[in-house]
Amino acid sequence: MTAWKSGKPLEVLTLGLQGEVFALEAAHVREILDLVPVTGVPNSQPFVGGLINVRGKVVPLADLRLKFGMDLQPPTIDTRIVVTEVMIDGAPVIVGLRADKVYEITQVPASALEETPRIGMRWRPEYIRCIAKRGAEFIAVLDLERIFSGADARDEAANPSQRTAA
Amino acid sequence: MSTLDPADVFRQEAQELLEQLEQALLDLEHAPDDADLINSAFRALHTVKGSGAMFGFDAVASFTHHVETAFDLVRKGKVPPSRDLIAVTLAAKDHMRQLIEAPDLAEAADGAVILQTLKQVVGDPSASAVAEAPRELAAQVHAPVDATWRIRFRLGRDAMAMGTNPLLLLDELRGLGVATVVARTDGVPPLEDMTPTDCHLAWDVVLTTSQPRAVIEEVFMFVIDDMELSIDPITVSGEGGRIGEILVDRGDVAQGAVDAAVAAQMPLGTLLVKSGEVSPDTLAAALAEQQHLRAGATSGAGAAAGPDGAKLGGAKAVSRGTDSIRVPAERLDELMDRVGELVIVQSRLSQVAASGADAEVKAIAEEIERLAHELRDATMSVRTVPIGSLFGRFRRMVHDLADELGKRIELVTLGEETELDKTVIERLNDPLIHLIRNAIDHGLETPDGRREAGKPAAGRITLTACHAGAEVMVTIGDDGRGLDRARIQARAEDQGLIPAGAKLSDAELFQLIFQPGFSTAREVTNLSGRGVGMDVVKRAIEGLRGKIDIASTPGEGTRLTLRLPLTLAIIDGLLVRVGTGRYALPLSAVEECVELSAEEDARSRGRSFLNIRGDLVPFLRLRELFHVAEPPDRYQKAVIVSFGGQRVGLVVDQVIGNHQTVIKSLSKLHADVETFAGATILGDGAVALILDIANLVKLGMAYENRFKAAS
Repeated sequence: MTAWKSGKPLEVLTLGLQGEVFALEAAHVREILDLVPVTGVPNSQPFVGGLINVRGKVVPLADLRLKFGMDLQPPTIDTRIVVTEVMIDGAPVIVGLRADKVYEITQVPASALEETPRIGMRWRPEYIRCIAKRGAEFIAVLDLERIFSGADARDEAANPSQRTAA
Repeated sequence: MSTLDPADVFRQEAQELLEQLEQALLDLEHAPDDADLINSAFRALHTVKGSGAMFGFDAVASFTHHVETAFDLVRKGKVPPSRDLIAVTLAAKDHMRQLIEAPDLAEAADGAVILQTLKQVVGDPSASAVAEAPRELAAQVHAPVDATWRIRFRLGRDAMAMGTNPLLLLDELRGLGVATVVARTDGVPPLEDMTPTDCHLAWDVVLTTSQPRAVIEEVFMFVIDDMELSIDPITVSGEGGRIGEILVDRGDVAQGAVDAAVAAQMPLGTLLVKSGEVSPDTLAAALAEQQHLRAGATSGAGAAAGPDGAKLGGAKAVSRGTDSIRVPAERLDELMDRVGELVIVQSRLSQVAASGADAEVKAIAEEIERLAHELRDATMSVRTVPIGSLFGRFRRMVHDLADELGKRIELVTLGEETELDKTVIERLNDPLIHLIRNAIDHGLETPDGRREAGKPAAGRITLTACHAGAEVMVTIGDDGRGLDRARIQARAEDQGLIPAGAKLSDAELFQLIFQPGFSTAREVTNLSGRGVGMDVVKRAIEGLRGKIDIASTPGEGTRLTLRLPLTLAIIDGLLVRVGTGRYALPLSAVEECVELSAEEDARSRGRSFLNIRGDLVPFLRLRELFHVAEPPDRYQKAVIVSFGGQRVGLVVDQVIGNHQTVIKSLSKLHADVETFAGATILGDGAVALILDIANLVKLGMAYENRFKAAS
């Protein structure tokens, strides 16, 4: 099922959210943009509360910080938008992800990848595809499909019990 | 070509052909003498057979062959296109469709029965007496006299590898009349260079036939793109012309060379061969032609010049159907996307130009604006197709329904040439089927009932399409009993849709039939009356940003008018501002913009109604709906929009102005947000949301009803 189990190294993009480092599979990433004007969508879920113009296409902008119950800080000079392609309910959808910082694209050898532990995680384990070890660091590789899939598209704000558990 | 599955290409083609066939057959019912219709049906059959065989649909080909044979008799005027014949041919058409689309499900026995019936119909001796008139007509269609044609063709090298069998082509030519065939081997390379699978031969055919040129071209229709073909009429003088004249006429040799040869006083052909002017093969072909013409001349066939003298030079210069091309719909969508982007960039340019002082830049921006609009219109027109293709499908349905219900129905279609976006047409199919069924089942009375009411026994269903501004109106009318006001009112009161004794206008009352679960039918029939459907129809039409109006006069009939936008891709919009957010709304829905005076603003805190020239119009404050935090502008504006005959005011901070709105749909992630129909990109590159008028009006109505209930 997963690429890393086949023994191949996994190419990931590392990004920062509220000081934490996360990783996305590079295969999902289409491009990385500077922050552009965002149009708010009234009455939408806060997690996907915005729209941006990516070269003539209207693309929803998601804020993963809301998914992980983080505080929202105003954008800085490092804020970027990572444009990704995610399969949602069987069809590819282009989604922009707001990141406080984007670090690098890097290869993680298969030996440094581990399954997500079911307990002891600060984040909901179903949103994490696997854990990448880098030196002394552990980086959570996000499972974008799960994050955006219909059933889990609720945001954390609407689910306070989960936040306290985290 | 190689990326497409040939079988799919055939299926697609066959579907169109079968539609053409059905059209022609149904028209023939009313105009049995129309030779064009007969030919159209025959051509469709012929092509289905030919392509079917070519793409390996052998069952289709062999079945169609029999139908074609039968129809050939009609074409030749030997059998009249009687009702029976049309009925059985329609059945045959259905069987063909099944053979093509689901060959596993097609019953061979069905086919046999159809063919049997067909034979009986065609073989009916009593029919031949009536056949005189069509025969005359058929004779007019075909070239009245025999003409002699010189057909020279060379197939593409890989023709045989592609599955073309030259022998079959030659046989088909022979089938058209008296033919002399000469193979030209001058293209055959030496043995060591020869690839045995390549086609090196060329053929010269001299054909005397009564068929017009088109029929000859038809023989080559599947290979014409990859071959050299020339078809020229031969004018014969006296007893067939001299070999020198023939060679010159054929373009094989220059007049000068012939003159020189004649001067040398030797058998001309031999001389030309010797001098290397012509190859022995070419000469043989020319001699054969001479022979053919002489035979024709002596037998008194009186070969005349062909009906048209134009040369069919080059292979691709003329082929059937070059006046239209088939393009995958996605490519058109892609083109539309690009045009949409261009329109966005153009409006950005206009904005920049307008804010600058450079007159030249302004002039250029205006020029580009004009071009962009023209390009937009042209692109949109590429995507449009005449609605006739859709109307055509219903004729069969009406025909069948009339039989099933024992009603006599006449279907009148008007404005078939009205063009609409292809997507809209596709999505209109189901709603229209439903509305027509309803009209037939509920609207039209039985023949007896009609006679009692003093109407002609045959009911009339009218399908009309026409353009009205940026909209297309599609009307389904019947001359039946009309909607029963009292019954609708009673039923609506029963179901609690309206308060008892409520006084509603006709338009309001008739809109109730679109409520889910609403049916006044006394009995549920196979077709309708279950109360499912009208709401689905309404939703489908609204999904196309369209509206349905109903007009009905008791005893005289009902008319449903669908008002649809020309396209789904670009609309004229009105741009408004609420707080810091900008929103677009379809200009077609906007009735007027008024200022909300300070006292009206204050007074209406409790009851949000506007007084528009005496009418109370509920209004929605978009600021509240969108939870805008910024303080409101001092002078609030209300944009009055209407939808389905109902009006709502939308209170905004500022009305910015017109905007060419390229509609981009929202992703699944925003499927839950009902107030927006999509998004667009503004001149400055920002994204603006497009308001969903239907939903906002519904919200306004809910508000109004709450108010009515409270008061």
